[in-house]
Amino acid sequence: MTGNLRLGFHAPDTMREMSDLVAEAAHAKIPLEVRGRGSKYEVGRFIQSGSVVSSENLVGISLYEPSELVLSAAAGTPLDDIRNILAEHGQQLAFEPIDLGPALGTHTGQSSIGGVFATNLSGSRRIQSGAARDHLLGVVCVNGWGEPFKSGGRVMKNVTGYDLCKAVAGSWGTLAVMAEVTMKVLPIAAETRTLLCFGLPDQTAVDVMTLCLGTPFEVSGTVHLQAPLAAKLSDTDVAKGNAAVTAIRIENFPSAARYRIGKLKDRLAAYSPAVELDTARSRIFWEEIRTLGAFAGSDRPLWRISTIPSRAARLVAIIGRTLDIRVAYDWSGGLIWLETPPTSDAGTVEIRRAIAEFGGHATLIRADRATRASVEVFQPLDPPLAALTTRLKASFDPAGILNPGRMYPGV
Amino acid sequence: MSLLTLPKPDEAILVRRDEIIRQIKKLVPNAVLITDVEGRRTFETDAFTAYRRMPLAVVLPESTEEVSAVLRYCHDHKIKVVPRGAGTSLSGGALPLEDSIVLGITRMTRVLSIDEANRAARVEAGITNLAITNAAAVHGYFYAPDPSSQLACTLGGNIATNSGGAHCLKYGVTTNNLLALRMVMMNGEVIDVGGDYLDAPGYDFLGLITGSEGQFGIVTEATVRLLKAPEGARPMLLGFDSSEAAGACVAGIIAAGIVPVAIEFMDKPAIQVCENFAGAGYPLDVEAMLIVEVEGSDEEIDSLLDAITDIVERYRPRVVRASKSPEESVSIWKGRKAAFGAIGQISDYYCMDGVIPLAKLPEALTEVAEICRRHRFRVVNIFHAGDGNLHPLILYNANDKAELERAELCGAEILKLCVELGGCLTGEHGVGIEKRELMRVQFTAADIAQQMRVKTVFDPDWLLNPAKVFPLEGRERQ
Repeated sequence: MTGNLRLGFHAPDTMREMSDLVAEAAHAKIPLEVRGRGSKYEVGRFIQSGSVVSSENLVGISLYEPSELVLSAAAGTPLDDIRNILAEHGQQLAFEPIDLGPALGTHTGQSSIGGVFATNLSGSRRIQSGAARDHLLGVVCVNGWGEPFKSGGRVMKNVTGYDLCKAVAGSWGTLAVMAEVTMKVLPIAAETRTLLCFGLPDQTAVDVMTLCLGTPFEVSGTVHLQAPLAAKLSDTDVAKGNAAVTAIRIENFPSAARYRIGKLKDRLAAYSPAVELDTARSRIFWEEIRTLGAFAGSDRPLWRISTIPSRAARLVAIIGRTLDIRVAYDWSGGLIWLETPPTSDAGTVEIRRAIAEFGGHATLIRADRATRASVEVFQPLDPPLAALTTRLKASFDPAGILNPGRMYPGV
Repeated sequence: MSLLTLPKPDEAILVRRDEIIRQIKKLVPNAVLITDVEGRRTFETDAFTAYRRMPLAVVLPESTEEVSAVLRYCHDHKIKVVPRGAGTSLSGGALPLEDSIVLGITRMTRVLSIDEANRAARVEAGITNLAITNAAAVHGYFYAPDPSSQLACTLGGNIATNSGGAHCLKYGVTTNNLLALRMVMMNGEVIDVGGDYLDAPGYDFLGLITGSEGQFGIVTEATVRLLKAPEGARPMLLGFDSSEAAGACVAGIIAAGIVPVAIEFMDKPAIQVCENFAGAGYPLDVEAMLIVEVEGSDEEIDSLLDAITDIVERYRPRVVRASKSPEESVSIWKGRKAAFGAIGQISDYYCMDGVIPLAKLPEALTEVAEICRRHRFRVVNIFHAGDGNLHPLILYNANDKAELERAELCGAEILKLCVELGGCLTGEHGVGIEKRELMRVQFTAADIAQQMRVKTVFDPDWLLNPAKVFPLEGRERQ
């Protein structure tokens, strides 16, 4: 393989080949771009590397035990293959992995399961069921020496040794190349009901969503889309509403879902919950949220901000004073998707300043390469964490060959 | 138990004991400093009582700044430090060494804030697990992880071992319920990880630190997620003619799309001991018993218990008793909650913590019984069945040294079996010193080396909680 290493695309067929490739790159100190199926190639800091190592040929589900709520798959397995087999057994990935495809100008269903965990992008159900990283039970990876190693396993509870799964999840391929992932899966509720309120100002919507999460009814989704974004969803009532939409989701067995949504309706009476979506319409609505349908067909910069829910509307208002923005709130305000005008810095100055005041972190998800090369795509870290980050990187990848600079310069 | 070796104390440190104590006293005059033999004796072991070592001294600071001052001094003078919560570790996680300082966090117990709107509580790490829920309960919230030692154990200890509990099948373990923490590293540096929001930026240090057994730093404050308490909860009791049927029933319930909040398993010896002790009305003529608990409104609970009853029929239960009232619920839980005390009354026991894939449950129980028979021990099984976390209790005489060693060998065989069946050495107790030498059963040299490199990121001199987690030989090489 030596001759091919310097340039080109490598998609090893086995973990052995993958570890040989990485070992050789480490020896020669040649940087490798680490990829799953490449669906998030246009996210993050742009890295210059002539060599790509992809897990796209490592595919297949090696273990699926529905009664144990566990599934193992090679890292390059398409996410949709996993979603499909789970659905056949009435199960799902409860963290509702976000699909960036439409927002990035491509299609849904391009992600690999490894890429899902490598980027830890969780959807609306994160408030109830946890993030992608919470469902990652085990990994088999190749580190920057080219050594295969594992962490975790296939059982639900495991505190044997350090939890390196957490380090690898969300590390954007900068610590290790994933070969196999084992995850927790959960049942799909028989019934989904969604309550819609229209025309609420942002702050009121956040209050409503917060109120719902403060009930014992196990609300599994809370989103608020400003009017121009709501208009891009397909549900007829949402389109007819011609206004901002606030949606509250309940998932449970049928009688419980109906009981709970009834209780919520009573509590929200003052906000006129105008429409209740049944299971079929709910699933379409939330699938459009999961695939960022409201941000498709636009090339304006798109930010993902995680912040303190109760401060979210004020944070957005401050940014909105100087920038023409479009905003969708998820996680009852804890997650903000925010489109900015196509200025040269994509609104970085205003957004970072607001984050410094209100707390949280912001990632530039969609922007052209020139912009991503000139601004910090990921939230800059405080010096002590930045120093730890550099040291952790070196403990996995001392030669700095795995996705160098993808998240932070020098990491 | 005496099969494990502990490193020889460093004489150069021992001879400097008076000087070290004087310096620490000067650095943190307001901290409690315990130096007398009787005072230190309390700290010479934890709930894994077979090993004891008298530490140089015990410091109980009451602020992050004091923790930082002590750690920086110990770092600069290469003195080992053993962090300690309430000392409830079942794996020797808080066992001192003779040349170490014990740093306890039990005086740092304040609730700093309860943020109802954002469903979070900021607390000092020495607070007990149950005190968090008690503080949140006035607002109708609770903190989900509930290890059985929750009355005593500290949040700091829970973070160190990534503790679970009976309800983690539904609500997850510690790592799934943390938003932020403040940690003092061995060099005295204070880092803040996470915030009052979900998913911290950059690498997941929050997740990495959780479960690191006090070897990365000493957590002094944390922000935990709070959940709204359910409208109600009720259990049902199921009795079966065989452990196989009970195990298959657990799988059947989960496969049907129901994830109860808890599924507890007891085998025949466990049922008998608990019934004799607590008089809970448990069936004595069954081989295995399950307690399955569900949550929701009264009607929802009825529907769920009905649905479970339908599923259960397939596994030919001998007893099906669904609670209809708070009194019945208490009585169903009564024996289970008294279990460890009840068994403690009849014998010393050594509690294992291996995890197996659920489908292997019958095989695992048969093998565990066979291993114990071979080692001439009685065994009692009580565990969280939904997640396959076994807790075989090996009954032995702690005063008989030979029996102690045999119990340890027997336990090691059980844990090896768990790994062979596709599981792991520990589900919630941690590796500590107890399972240190067994790490090679589960992990390759490369797996362990990668973990050890991460340890070095946080504590390059390996001064924090030494002689734990990794096989001693490898650790010394490091």
